[in-house]
Amino acid sequence: MDYSFYQHYWWFLISLLGGILVFLLFVQGGQSLIYSLGKKEKHLNALIGSLSKKWELTFTTLVTFGAGFFASFPLFYSTSFGGAYWVWMLILFSFVIQAVSYEFIAKKRNFLGNKTYKAFLFLNGLLGPILLGAAVSTLFYGAEFVVNKGNLTGLMPVISSWQNPLHGLEAAIPVTGAATLANLWNIALGLAIFFLARSLGALYFINNIKDEEINKNARKQLLINVVGFLIFFLPYLIALLFKTGLTEDPVTGVISAEPYKYWHNLLAMPWALVILLVGVVLVLWGFIKGIFCPQFTKGIWFAGIGTILVVMVVLLIAGYNHTSYYPSVTDMQSSLTIANSSSSLFTLKAMSIVSLFIPVVVAYIWYVWRSLDKK
Amino acid sequence: MNQIDASLIDWSRAQFALTAMYHWLFVPLTLGLGLIMAIMETLYYRTKDVKWKSTAKFWMKIFGINFAVGVASGIILEFEFGTNWSNYSWFVGDIFGAPLAIEGIFAFFMEATFIAVMYFGWEKVSKGFHLASTWLTVGGATLSALWILVANAWMQYPAGMNFNPDVVRNEMTDFWAVALSPVAINKFLHTVISSWLLGGAVVIGISSWYLLKKRDITFALDSIKVATIVGFVGVVISAITGDGSAHQIAQKQPMKLAAMEGLYEGGDGIGLVAAGILTPGKQYDDSKDPFIFDIQIPKMLSFLAVRDLDGYVPGINNIVRGGYITPEGEKALSIEEKMTKGKKAFDALNQYREAKKNKDDIQLAEAKKLLDENFAYFGYGYFQSPADAIPNVPLVFYSFRVMVILGGFFLLLFIVVWYFSHKKKFEQSKWLQYVCLWSIPLAYITSQAGWIVAEVGRQPWAIQDILPVQAAVSNIEAGSVKLTFFIFVVLFTVLLIAELSILTKQIKIGPEKGDEKE
Repeated sequence: MDYSFYQHYWWFLISLLGGILVFLLFVQGGQSLIYSLGKKEKHLNALIGSLSKKWELTFTTLVTFGAGFFASFPLFYSTSFGGAYWVWMLILFSFVIQAVSYEFIAKKRNFLGNKTYKAFLFLNGLLGPILLGAAVSTLFYGAEFVVNKGNLTGLMPVISSWQNPLHGLEAAIPVTGAATLANLWNIALGLAIFFLARSLGALYFINNIKDEEINKNARKQLLINVVGFLIFFLPYLIALLFKTGLTEDPVTGVISAEPYKYWHNLLAMPWALVILLVGVVLVLWGFIKGIFCPQFTKGIWFAGIGTILVVMVVLLIAGYNHTSYYPSVTDMQSSLTIANSSSSLFTLKAMSIVSLFIPVVVAYIWYVWRSLDKK
Repeated sequence: MNQIDASLIDWSRAQFALTAMYHWLFVPLTLGLGLIMAIMETLYYRTKDVKWKSTAKFWMKIFGINFAVGVASGIILEFEFGTNWSNYSWFVGDIFGAPLAIEGIFAFFMEATFIAVMYFGWEKVSKGFHLASTWLTVGGATLSALWILVANAWMQYPAGMNFNPDVVRNEMTDFWAVALSPVAINKFLHTVISSWLLGGAVVIGISSWYLLKKRDITFALDSIKVATIVGFVGVVISAITGDGSAHQIAQKQPMKLAAMEGLYEGGDGIGLVAAGILTPGKQYDDSKDPFIFDIQIPKMLSFLAVRDLDGYVPGINNIVRGGYITPEGEKALSIEEKMTKGKKAFDALNQYREAKKNKDDIQLAEAKKLLDENFAYFGYGYFQSPADAIPNVPLVFYSFRVMVILGGFFLLLFIVVWYFSHKKKFEQSKWLQYVCLWSIPLAYITSQAGWIVAEVGRQPWAIQDILPVQAAVSNIEAGSVKLTFFIFVVLFTVLLIAELSILTKQIKIGPEKGDEKE
């Protein structure tokens, strides 16, 4: 097993973690639905109570996703987090206010009042998915940065330089200039993830809360949000497959443009195409049965597993097959690939041994939740 | 070449210090109180006495309120390595990222999973499973502390790595040298176990409030019994590991030790400053007396630093001038000599990259040799003056004294509380109850002071000798960092007020009576 194997293995883990994270954004989706579904106090309490037992998994997955990226592809961590400063800070602020809200909302004398904490949850439900989606979209539509690893010996060195003064906000705010169209696509994916999270949130409530009114209203919300998701996601996916991507020459490391790069990637990796199709079918099955079958409550599992598979494949085609997973629109040769941005072979090997314990972690999470839910 | 605004460095440091210090308000209580409530639940499991269940459940509520803000402030810290220290993230990410990822995989999921059982599982899982979950929650928090402290220790004592000029970064070569370095082990033990002190102090303080109010007497006295032992053990082991830490600092970070002692001119048989007032405005190269007033314990610093009453301890001026014999038996270089070597390493790196581009193997080998000879001083190449190598002496000096003096106070306090509790006199000793109550903020001051000594004392280094903070920072506008700094100030202050408000209300409500009837 050579260096390239471990780089691919770690990109697979990052993609899988990304897929799980998007699935777990059902918590954020649920939070953005609390005002729509929880018009009565008892319903609102039931909705927040239900989410309060799951939010830490999403939060922890986000933290692990960030740490995993840091350990395996530190140049991305350095370039994106240090450059797209504001978009990451806004994401973090929204998760900070979420983390305290679940603990504080039900407590007496909580200083800000229950309404503020509900608003915090809603805000996290709104901003979290949109900004994360926009940030993920830059893996395809690129960002404005220049990398110069050699620029370390000045008095104040700069390895990665962000070229847009908005420092990441340009990914979520349409601005004038060459990147405007790309920014619109970033927003489209942000909104697609937002509606997807709400759809998953509705399915989660249907599965987790035994209340006829919540169930009925959640199915209504599911329909609305699935339509919203499809409006934004389908054009995005089609545009992506027709899009020109960047490819790296594995021998020279030179990066060049390749039309239909992501479509070519799917053709080059038919197994990924199969997983993508299976994922799409599962997502649609979960949604359609959830909308049209009033007794069906297991939609979250179908749509959830489907989401993990689809997102995982989308991230895999971003990085596999010598693709630049973080294209620079300013300087093509600064674009990041899994080969030029990864940790050393030693570190990837050491981390791979650690990763073998992930199934143990998944197993005890599963066991614990079964134990808590069975009575 | 891009140039970074100098004020950006100060604001980036300020922001990181702010978020770390806020985070550190919550973490020690999680670690200390976690252990105390786990012991209480164990007592319930072993004795079947429901008073211990009620007692454990009350402290779990306090734990939960505190834990939430700790989680919230922790996520910022992890991502700040990328957002604010971008150069750092690439230059040492190959080594530093691994402990953070391991922390995520092992510790965070353990905490997040078993804390749910701890709160929601009383009626849903067996007593044994619940107890195991409580211990695993505490274990997860401690494991989390282990990995972040491994990462922190590596920054202060970089080991198990090699510089790779092809990709211009440091790369891990020995995982166990990073994870099990003596500095990491000592730092972990000292930091985690000193948190037991804080946990013990908070529990006896709050319990004393109940006694002063003449309510929940049994609960308060039971809590004090457990907390006193945990706190006492915490202080004693902290003192031992603190001594180990000072000894290691003397070997690996002599400038930090000199700052801790306000020691400008070192020598043989140096005394330890038990108390003192530094001369304001003292600079390393002036002739002012470092102290307006000081009381020293003769030869004690030499003994603590090198285990020899007549051993040599360098002061700030000695380190700047060099020429003394180091603990490794080598002649110490002056800071200026180190700066020269650092700049040679820069030149060698540039030559190496040029030779690589030109495929000039002879020049490549020469440049590599020169780089290897000088890389140990790479970070000094960024300095413009020897003064750049000196941390904020007054802040480190006074923080160290505050930590040690308050540590001594808590040792005494736990002994006295244990004695009064053992003789069943604590309930009648109002003065001692007031002392315990008002000692809660002192425990936090002790903890924060320790953190200041560790982190301010190692300045200007992000990575000791390899990367100063000015070279580690992200290239963003200082205004952006200034704005996020103030957002953090407001946000965390509001959350702190909310937490304190909820905590005080929860304390006034007191332990649940319902459980005692089971």
